[in-house]
Order: sequence, then structure tokens, then C-alpha cells
Amino acid sequence: MLSSAKDVYWGKKSKEVSTRRKKTASVFDRRALKDMKAGYERWLKEVYSPWVETAPELKAHFETASGVPLQPVYTPSDIASIAQSELALPGVFPYTRGVYPSMYRGRQWTMRMFSGFGTPEDTNKRLKLLLEHGETGLSVAFDMPTLYGYDADSEKAHGEVGRCGVNVSSLRDMEAIFDGIPLDKVSTSMTINAPAAVLTAMYAGVAKEKGLRLESLRGTVQADMLKEYIAQKEWVYPPEAHLRIVRDMMLYCTKHMPQWNYVSISGYHIREAGSSAVQELAFTLADGFGYVELGVEAGLDVDDFAPRLSFFFNSTMDFFEEIAKFRAARRIWATVLRERYGAKKARSLLLRFHTQTSGASLTWQQPYNNVVRTALEAMAAVLGGTQSLHTNSYDEAMALPTEHAVQVALRTQQIIAEETGATAVMDPLGGSYYVEWLTDELEAQAYRYFDRIERAGGILSAIKSGFLQREIAENAYRLSKRVESGEDVVVGVNKYTAKEGSPITTLKIDFKAQKRQVERVRKVRAERDAAKVRSALNRLTRAYDDPDANSMYPLMDAVSAYATLGEIVSAGRAVFGTYKEPQIL
Amino acid sequence: MRQRSAQEKRKIRVLVAKPGLDGHDRGVLVLARAFRDAGMEVIYIGLLPTPEEVARMAVDEDVDVVALSLLNGAHMTAFPQVKRLLDKYGGKDIIVTGGGIIPDEDKPRLLKLGISGLYGPGTSLEEIVGHIRERVRKERWAE
Repeated sequence: MLSSAKDVYWGKKSKEVSTRRKKTASVFDRRALKDMKAGYERWLKEVYSPWVETAPELKAHFETASGVPLQPVYTPSDIASIAQSELALPGVFPYTRGVYPSMYRGRQWTMRMFSGFGTPEDTNKRLKLLLEHGETGLSVAFDMPTLYGYDADSEKAHGEVGRCGVNVSSLRDMEAIFDGIPLDKVSTSMTINAPAAVLTAMYAGVAKEKGLRLESLRGTVQADMLKEYIAQKEWVYPPEAHLRIVRDMMLYCTKHMPQWNYVSISGYHIREAGSSAVQELAFTLADGFGYVELGVEAGLDVDDFAPRLSFFFNSTMDFFEEIAKFRAARRIWATVLRERYGAKKARSLLLRFHTQTSGASLTWQQPYNNVVRTALEAMAAVLGGTQSLHTNSYDEAMALPTEHAVQVALRTQQIIAEETGATAVMDPLGGSYYVEWLTDELEAQAYRYFDRIERAGGILSAIKSGFLQREIAENAYRLSKRVESGEDVVVGVNKYTAKEGSPITTLKIDFKAQKRQVERVRKVRAERDAAKVRSALNRLTRAYDDPDANSMYPLMDAVSAYATLGEIVSAGRAVFGTYKEPQIL
Repeated sequence: MRQRSAQEKRKIRVLVAKPGLDGHDRGVLVLARAFRDAGMEVIYIGLLPTPEEVARMAVDEDVDVVALSLLNGAHMTAFPQVKRLLDKYGGKDIIVTGGGIIPDEDKPRLLKLGISGLYGPGTSLEEIVGHIRERVRKERWAE
């Protein structure tokens, strides 16, 4: 998947799904199935058609948000071919019904609220507040300069420091963010990509200062660079260079930080950029296969690192399609890891994922409606079997969330977990004719996309030619036009609109963060041992220059010597260069 | 600078850009397509240009409009900067519009600088296209 492989695997798989559906073997009795099919046809002719002729339906065609055409109702004959194995129970291959044998009966999902803004002290305060309110995992958002690898005092950072996440320019800032937080007791997710290795090294640096062993650290850096080129577009170097650094992290963490998820393969941003559920599913898993190949090419055994790969999906408004997407993702991952990559350990086959409700589904009009949207999206994620969840706050179409809005969002998860009964029975929609049919359908469509990507030369070529980016942009435009024409309704935006202004106050981020961060990074540079920094950066440059070296070791030293993020990233830029995206208009 | 015939001038030329560290390009890519389908000539500068690069390209390409989008909260720095540089490089009469996540209290200052539109997510494409057409008709085509 990383590059082109001329084989027929993907095409064969997509056919397999459709023939599987046509074959009547399965869990249903053949005769009963025949009767049900006849019954459905009779119903269509005698009950349904006369009815809709006199009382026309509201739309000429019904389809999912991804454009999958829908029947008015589903019956066993639509999933007649479902083999018993496809309906295997939770914790059993292919894990369609859940990766663990007891799911939420044994342990709730991790409620992980993404937060970060202003100075490290502001963020430290917010993280502590969330822990007090019962949150079980930390999740840190960074500002744009940090995401692109610029220090707070860089010209490029002007006006952007601390504005949509916390600013980190050196180890000093990470010390402040995690001050008083027991790193051996929490798990921390850091939404960082291009400089993920640097932030991993800084987190490890803070832990070392606290006297903790690296083996005890649990957490995740996003580090999914493939999806950066596809969707979020926060890169520094060309794709090959970033992949090489991900490889170094894979090798380092496999050895020294065994509980660290060094890549979180992310569909979230692919979806937010305007893709369909099918595209999110297909492009994300294709990226995942890319990382598997990266690890194998680096000489690791697939079973040594596949258990550390985790995923991050979006949950948006087409409730049933989202649930089917999560189920299909688990089935595809387990199947392909076993069949194509030869994984043997059960752990390697488990697609574990974090979910975030969709930011793009939120509206600034009538913002309290967003509480409802988020609740429904969160419910889909839970019914889809997520391992952790972030719920957006109702004010996030306008600004970073206030404490109150964050609390409502966290309470939304707690209400689902504690009050609705959704956690008592695993995969409660398993066996729904519609959801099972749609799971199969999304699975088949994903295989067709894998085939197209491989025909386009693999994921790297598909990125460099702009194929994937164009597919997403076209779908985003299609969705915008549908809302514009009223074909898709967004309540409060193109229907049931109201004139009054916004009833809520939003979080204000003062510009003091910039000033304080600039002062701090300058102080760090003035106080550190300059010779030590220079020598560490030189060693890092040499490692970057040597494709066989592992850059994580000198990186750890550079970070501990208080080399800044900007210095480290420019050392990389000097070796690897930068990247200009293909024209995707 | 490229000179255009009178007829050519009836086709609105728009430069769409995200000046700054912000890769969230869904909005600009959708707008670029909407402008194109509305019969405009669209130039997209690509990601991560500096305000300097945006202003220079706008002047070089002799556009009628620069349509800016930012979702990272840096609009109060980046938008005025683009406007200032346009003035400096001889693009004083180029129309500047903006959009993204722009809080109400920021709008008066931007409007005062002549940066209009300031649409948020969910604004109808027709409204944005209409706004651009109207400003061009009034400010660029008034003879």
C-alpha cells in the first residue's frame, strides 16, 4: 500500500464481499429465507407501493450521507449470505462486534477531552480541572506554531501563539504543562504530528526528571503523517522524511516505551476535510496498511508492533452509517492484518480506536443545538464500540470552549455511560438487518478504494498526485451544494432558522500568552549550556543525514539539553527540505 | 503586471488564500469551486503562504478580489497585514474579503480596514458569491 504492488488482493476482496452476500449459506434457514424474500416482494407490491402512491414519500431517493442508496426497509434476505463467522461474537475474529470479550460491561470507554490553550500554565489548570471532574485520560491540543515546529518568538508564530492550543517551544513548557500530574498514573494523548518525535522526547524528558521509568509511560502521539498530506496539511518535510522519523519512533518505542502509541492512524481529519464515511474508512485503513509496511520494511516483526497501532475516527450525524463504519473498520483490519501481513497474535488484529464527535457538524447558529448533535454522535461511537471518546463542546463552532461548555460535553458522555443502558449489551445493533447490510456495503466499497489507491501507485503516489485530496475536496463541495439547495437539512442553518443573535459568551484568549511564551523561550536559550545544545544538534543532524541511523537517541539528548522545538525542526529542514503540495483545484 | 482587455475584465478574478499556519483548507477549496462554477477566474495560492506572498501574488496577477480564510484564530493579525501589504505594493483598490471563525467583536475593526464579508462556517455559497459580485460591480467596474 505504501508503494504500488501489482497483485489482485484488493479486487479479490471486494468481490468476495459481494459474493458472500449472494451466497445463501449462512445463519438463516434456506427455506425460511426464501419465504421471507417472497414476503418482502409481496409487501413491496401489495402494501408499500399502493401506500406511497397515495401518500408520496418526502424524498424521491433516500441514501446515506456517503451516498449509499437505501431500500425502505431491510430484511434477512439482504444479509442472507452473512456467514456465521461474520457474526462472530465480541473478542473473536474478525471482531466486527467488538475487540474485547466484555467491552463496556468490564470497563467504560476512556473519557478523553481534548484541551489546551494559551500558556502551559493555563493548560495545566484545565487538565487538572478535567481530572477533578472524573475524566480518565488527558488529551493535549497544541497551537499552530508548535504543530508546524516554530518557536514562540519566530516571525511565523506572530499572532498565533496559544490561540488554538497550548504553545510548546522547549522542554521547559512541557514541565509546566504536566506540573503536579502523575505521569505514571494517567494516559496522555498528544495531538501532534510533524514534530511528534520531538514532543515524545519531551514527554519522556519530563518523566525522567520526575524519576519515572519510560516503560511506565502510557499515551499516544498522533504522528500520522500520511493523513496530514491527505487532509489536515500540517507538515514540515516531504512525506518520505516524515515517514522515516515515524519509523525511528516505531523502533525506539517498541524497545523502550512499550506502552506508548507512537502513531494514531486518523480518519478524523479526513472526514472533517469533507470526505464521506466510505472515504474516511478507506483512506484511514490504507494509511494504516502503509504504517504496517513501514514497520515490516524496518525489520520489525508485524506482531511486535501491530498491537501498538491505534486508530482515531470521526463520528458525525448519519447515525447508522457511522456505526456500520466502525464495525466494518474492525472487520477489515483484522482480516487484512491476518491474510496479507501474516499477523498471528490476536492483539495485532484488534482495531482499537478513539472517537471524536464531528467539529464540522457544529453550527454557530443556535449553538445549544450542538449539545444534541454531539450526544447523538457520541451515542453512535459507543454503539460502534469505541475505546475512548472526546465530545465537542457546543460553542466550538465559534471559539475554543469555555469551562462550562466542556463540562456539558463531558457530562454528555457520563449520561450515556451511566443512564442509558447502552453499555449493558455488546454491539446492540449487531443483527439489525440494516446495520449488518450497511456494514458489508461499506466494507466492499473500502476494498474498491484500496484497489484504486494501489492502482494509482500506492498511498504515497496517490498523495503526491493529489488524487486523495481531490476526492475529498470534490465530496466537500458536493456536501456544500446539497446544504445550499436544501437537499441536506442542517437545523438552524438552512431550515428552522431564527434571527436572534448568539445567546452564549465564548472563551477569550488574551494575547498575553504570546508575550509570556516569547519571554520564556528567550530565557531558556540564555540560561542553557550552549555547547551542549550545539553538540546535541550536530549529532541529530548527522542522524537525520544517515538513513540507517535512529534519530530518536540524539533527539532525546537535544531535548534534555533544552534545544528548542524550532531549532530541532530547522535542523531537520536543513537535511530534508520542505514540501509543496500538488495543485488540487 | 498583466494587462487585460475590457471583455476579460468582465470576468471576476479572485485569489483565494489562507495566509498563515493553517492547513484546514476545506473552506477555501469549496469556495474556489463555487467561485469557478459562478464564472469567476480562480487562483489558489496553495497552503502556508505568508501575507507578503499573498499580497505580491494578488498584485502580480491583477486580481479583483483577494478572498482570505483562516480558522486558526490569527485573523486579527494576518488579515490586516495582507491589506496593508496590498496597499504598499500598489493593490490599494483590490477588494479584500475574509471568512473563517471570526468572533463578532473582531468584525468592526476588520470592516473599518475594508475587509468585508467575514462569513462563518455554514454561510451559503450564494451569499458569498453575491457579496463578491456586488463589491466588484460597485468598486471595480464603476466607470
